[in-house]
Amino acid sequence: MSERIAVFGDKESVYGFSALGLDTYFFEPSDEGTALFRRLCLSGNYAIIYITETAAAFLEKEIAKYRSEPKPAIILIPGVTGNTGEGMSAVRLSVEKAVGSDIFNE
Amino acid sequence: MAVKQVNPTRMELTRLKKKLNTATRGHKLLKDKRDELMRRFLEMVRENRALRMKVEEKIKAANANFVLAKASMSDETLKTALLAPKQEVYVSTSYRNVMSVEIPVFETQTRTPDENDIYSYGFAFTSADLDDAVKSLSDVLPDLIRLAEIEKSCQLMADEIEKTRRRVNALEHVMIPETQEQIRYITRKLDENERSTQTRLMKVKDMMLQRAHGY
Repeated sequence: MSERIAVFGDKESVYGFSALGLDTYFFEPSDEGTALFRRLCLSGNYAIIYITETAAAFLEKEIAKYRSEPKPAIILIPGVTGNTGEGMSAVRLSVEKAVGSDIFNE
Repeated sequence: MAVKQVNPTRMELTRLKKKLNTATRGHKLLKDKRDELMRRFLEMVRENRALRMKVEEKIKAANANFVLAKASMSDETLKTALLAPKQEVYVSTSYRNVMSVEIPVFETQTRTPDENDIYSYGFAFTSADLDDAVKSLSDVLPDLIRLAEIEKSCQLMADEIEKTRRRVNALEHVMIPETQEQIRYITRKLDENERSTQTRLMKVKDMMLQRAHGY
């Protein structure tokens, strides 16, 4: 079974990925944007969904739902506006959950 | 500790002893599972952090390249250039079992084997910066896939560790002490019963001797 990879985020940050053959979806912070993201997750066509940190900030609840699901893998990437550190904090969240406290805190 | 009401019978005692045995064995096994999961998790999370830093750095560079490319081209040209991608990436997901956690393994296939198919445009009307930008992004892709794999694994493992730890704690601090307490209660009760029978018998014997011989 073959699935695809989606890249989700603001237009400026994601349009380049379309050249590589990934499916790109542009996100606007609105209800439609949230609905689109939900559709992507539920469609089952995507094994991996990359989402920009800025878009992820609006969709925190949606993303949290899929943390413990085996599919899809929702991975945060920095957008064109720069790195907000959200992606790393997602890793930190995993550590905190498993260990009880963030032991890699520098 | 408040003991749950149990019947002080031998049958119940045997049942509880068996239960305690199972609980202790389960506790030991789960503890081992937790420790091993934790070891693997820490290993993986270390790689996850390193990889994430690397990928974020590379994407930042790629984005800078795209900004450059955009600066030297009109919006329309850029749009048309990337409108119809030639390449497509497919992922097939298989699962690997690590300590009962199904972690995903992604394998990617591209539609065409030609790695130059990432350039979905003629080179006449676009700037060379765009080629650089697309190339730099394409170079990140394998790392990005690996990041997805490992980050998802970490999330799933973190979940499983949390669950296992709860179970270990529940066994260690609730189930096992409770059963031990119940066993102790039944043993005491049975002993007490035996003693009371003993005294009753002695008393009866005394009374019988009294009546027969006038002791």
